[in-house]
Amino acid sequence: MMRYSGLRVIKEALSGHKGWWPAWRNPEPAEAYDIVVVGGGGHGLATAHYLAKEFGQAKVAVIEKGWIGGGNVGRNTTIIRSNYLLDGNEPFYEMSLKLWEGLEQDLNYNAMVSQRGILNLIHSDNQRDAFIRRGNAMLLNGADADLLSIDDIKKRYPFLNTQDARFPIKAGLAQHRGGTVRHDAVAWGYARSADSRGVDIIQNCEVTGFRIENGACKGVETTRGFIGAGKVGCAVAGNSSRLMSLANIRLPIESHVLQAFVSEGLKPVLPGVITFGAGHFYCSQSDKGGLVFGGDIDGYNSYAQRGNLPVVEDVCEGAMAIFPMLGRARLLRMWGGIMDMSMDGSPIIDKTHIDGLYFNGGWCYGGFKATPASGYAFAHLLATDTPHETAKAYRFDRFETGRMIDEKGMGNQPNLH
Amino acid sequence: MIIDHPLLGPRDSAEFTYMGDARLIERPSPDAEDAAAAFYEYAYLRDNPAGLHRELWFHEAGDRSWLVVTRNTVTHEIAKVELATDVARAKGRST
Ligand SMILES: Cc1cc2nc3c(=O)[nH]c(=O)nc-3n(C[C@H](O)[C@H](O)[C@H](O)COP(=O)(O)OP(=O)(O)OC[C@H]3O[C@@H](n4cnc5c(N)ncnc54)[C@H](O)[C@@H]3O)c2cc1C
Repeated sequence: MMRYSGLRVIKEALSGHKGWWPAWRNPEPAEAYDIVVVGGGGHGLATAHYLAKEFGQAKVAVIEKGWIGGGNVGRNTTIIRSNYLLDGNEPFYEMSLKLWEGLEQDLNYNAMVSQRGILNLIHSDNQRDAFIRRGNAMLLNGADADLLSIDDIKKRYPFLNTQDARFPIKAGLAQHRGGTVRHDAVAWGYARSADSRGVDIIQNCEVTGFRIENGACKGVETTRGFIGAGKVGCAVAGNSSRLMSLANIRLPIESHVLQAFVSEGLKPVLPGVITFGAGHFYCSQSDKGGLVFGGDIDGYNSYAQRGNLPVVEDVCEGAMAIFPMLGRARLLRMWGGIMDMSMDGSPIIDKTHIDGLYFNGGWCYGGFKATPASGYAFAHLLATDTPHETAKAYRFDRFETGRMIDEKGMGNQPNLH
Repeated sequence: MIIDHPLLGPRDSAEFTYMGDARLIERPSPDAEDAAAAFYEYAYLRDNPAGLHRELWFHEAGDRSWLVVTRNTVTHEIAKVELATDVARAKGRST
């Protein structure tokens, strides 16, 4: 693999940029692999990278129906954080944040990991109590959390409307290690690293079925023929139910659309990520200057990668409530992605009842930040047949045994998580 | 999205609250032998199809009736709207 470095950039600049070559190969599928990962999103590619690098698995393929990075990994609002409350979640997301912190060195790829901090605004005394509890849970799990007073907040973010009569800002819970990452670069960086370790990344190849004999999965049927596999790991996010139905598996998941928005480019105004605590709105500023923001999912099952107008209105109302200045900016682009919303709002990384068939999904609207840990934990499960320490709670059977991991306490109503 | 309410005519979907798969009408019997397994499937497992989906919408900001809407989850096209009470009665339920 060609190593990237500052020196290399200078050398190429002086020699007409003729020395760069494609960051990964475009191989024909082999007849069989030890492990086939279905889905070339962030999670699938990260799984392949860790399988090759940490678990010494060489004969691995990632099979993607479109192009890598064309799914949610390239559609999200790029926020990373580990500010969860529950024991089943927090150690996992904290491990993910630690992996983000070393990612660029691990991959030798500039993923623009920017720990610019995330601030959750607090608007009532009860909410303050809830956030203090969450902050304490984070600290107990080795993460960072900082309760900011209203004076701290005004100093950092003078443009916030702190005086709103209906939703005054009282305080905020900050995680200074949170931030944003260049989402496409995550897919490309993992792909390049996996490819250099011998993983075949096979694009434009849709899995159309599983070959299951005597209760064991022997490989996948694809639009480019049968590909044999010792083990098959599925990580297809919003398409989880569709894919797993090919193995007659029904999932505790509904697919919903989530929209995102970008304003025209502005001078630097917003140094970190801010979330509104009284409605659903979150915002950061990209390095190009656009304000990147979003809010609630549209709320009904959808496989259309575009949303409807009532949510646009709702998100913009949230924006205006805390950032009145945003009303002067024009919206440049908006789009949608399909979320695999699980019944308790938490993910699943587990074996299925079919030998050799493994599942990773149910990431809801928060799977981008999970990418490194999800890849690591899924690689661990695929390579060793045991769950990773931090992902032990992400089992299928938790719904049957009543061990839900429901951060919001909403119950089995996916559109409320 | 516009939902053509059987009693009130075309209404903005924003007036409704979404509940999910219309199979929720078919609540299993708590007295059956396999009640625990049946309730697990009822409460948690979904077909979640790409294509036609029968789903429950509650006209919260309207006449507060429950509707069964048959909608294409890929195109958002609505093929059929029924009153949930009619659907439930057709299945032999009293309400
Ligand atoms: C608008 C929006 C904003 C978001 N914001 C955030 C955020 O700020 N922070 C955060 O943590 N998370 C966020 N998320 C969620 C996050 O993007 C997802 O949870 C995560 O990207 C899902 O994992 P993935 O990257 O592997 O998915 P994807 O990139 O969707 O990868 C799945 C891949 O599987 C492929 N596939 C599907 N079916 C098949 C098949 N049959 N055969 C072969 N391949 C198949 C797809 O083509 C796709 O490329 C957001 C999502 C959206 C849509």
